[in-house]
Amino acid sequence: MKVIIDENKCVGAGQCVLAAADVFDQRDEDGIVVLLNPLPPDDLGAQVEDAALRCPALAIEVVK
Amino acid sequence: MPAMDHIVLVGASAAGLTAADALRLEGFTGTLTMVGEELCPPYDRPPLSKHVLAGTLEPHKTTLRQDADLQRLRMDLKLGRRATHLDPAARTVTLADGDRLDFDGLIIATGLRPRRLPFGRDLAGVHVLRTLDEALTLRAQLLAGPRVVVIGAGFLGTEIAATTRSLGLDVTLVGIEPTPLAGQLGTQVGGLVADMHQENGVRLCMGRSVTDLLGAGGRVSAVVLDDDTLLPADVVVVAIGSVPAVDWLADSGLPLGDGVLCDSTCQVAPGIYAAGDVANWPHPSPANAPAWNNAPTPPNKPSPPPETSSPDPAARNPMHRSRSGGPTNTTPRSSSMAGARPMPASNTSTATHRHASSLRSTTPAAAS
Repeated sequence: MKVIIDENKCVGAGQCVLAAADVFDQRDEDGIVVLLNPLPPDDLGAQVEDAALRCPALAIEVVK
Repeated sequence: MPAMDHIVLVGASAAGLTAADALRLEGFTGTLTMVGEELCPPYDRPPLSKHVLAGTLEPHKTTLRQDADLQRLRMDLKLGRRATHLDPAARTVTLADGDRLDFDGLIIATGLRPRRLPFGRDLAGVHVLRTLDEALTLRAQLLAGPRVVVIGAGFLGTEIAATTRSLGLDVTLVGIEPTPLAGQLGTQVGGLVADMHQENGVRLCMGRSVTDLLGAGGRVSAVVLDDDTLLPADVVVVAIGSVPAVDWLADSGLPLGDGVLCDSTCQVAPGIYAAGDVANWPHPSPANAPAWNNAPTPPNKPSPPPETSSPDPAARNPMHRSRSGGPTNTTPRSSSMAGARPMPASNTSTATHRHASSLRSTTPAAAS
């Protein structure tokens, strides 16, 4: 599983951090997403999918 | 069932946009019209009280869809247009300029409006914060270095206090409960939040309500508390909760009560649905904070096949919430407003908060 984020789309909602805190974080200065792990292990798959689903700006792409 | 050729979405924020996404994703090929009161295309509200107000996030960064993505939805976007009337029988929505839109299906997603104090409305320097315009207007005022009083210590009020303090301003936060965020997090955690604000230099007036706003030369000059304390102020931000934006539906005959009353699938009447903060739908969870999570349909993933999906949307998403806490509680939230007393924001938080970012932003350090 590979995770791709688009910082330009990100609005800093923080939904991804709630869904998958091991994979996503937010920059302190503006809240924009920080990708902690672009290749998360399979057991985080459901969390990552949930994060992509919740992103209001559609800034997360999950490639399997 | 009549043909569903034209669906009108009233409301151009998160819920309206999510509904449009879902309709296209599910294969709706008919005409989609989105009516929005504001001039901006759909944008994200939570950053307004934080990074936008602080000036660390450019306003255009809050846009939820870039132009190309928006065009892909093939919507007739009517921005800067306000819906003023709904006739469910004739299936028409009337706009403020007299235009009438016929629809086969309607989605009501008009969200919330900030509650205001019953006094001081004509005074310059008194603000609410719900829209991008309001955030930018407030920010412009903050640049002059005013003394700021924030009324209401829920999520929005504490965020605004933290952000304005991070700009180096003299800030007082007034709340009716014993601690900030008492309604949302309880007084124990609220006490920690209070400590943090005080360490950061925010003056707290908790357990107090506001009885008047004084003005001089047409501009606010002071906030009067119920113990006759006078707080000098050049800018006052009122963050005492919000009410569903249903005024335009008053004579529609639709069931109203703390929003538009709908069933667990968000249906209000045949072909008429409500979505987002304006929708009051039965849900067993007592969670109260308006949130992204109640957008009714996943934006970027097909629904599960019927045999695997629960008929109860709440069951599919444990973070769904209802403001009312259940079908029996339909009391308008404004009914509990006692005169001018700032309300605890347990039911009335103005912004659509994401908890992670909300919590971290209650500290000026994080909001700077």
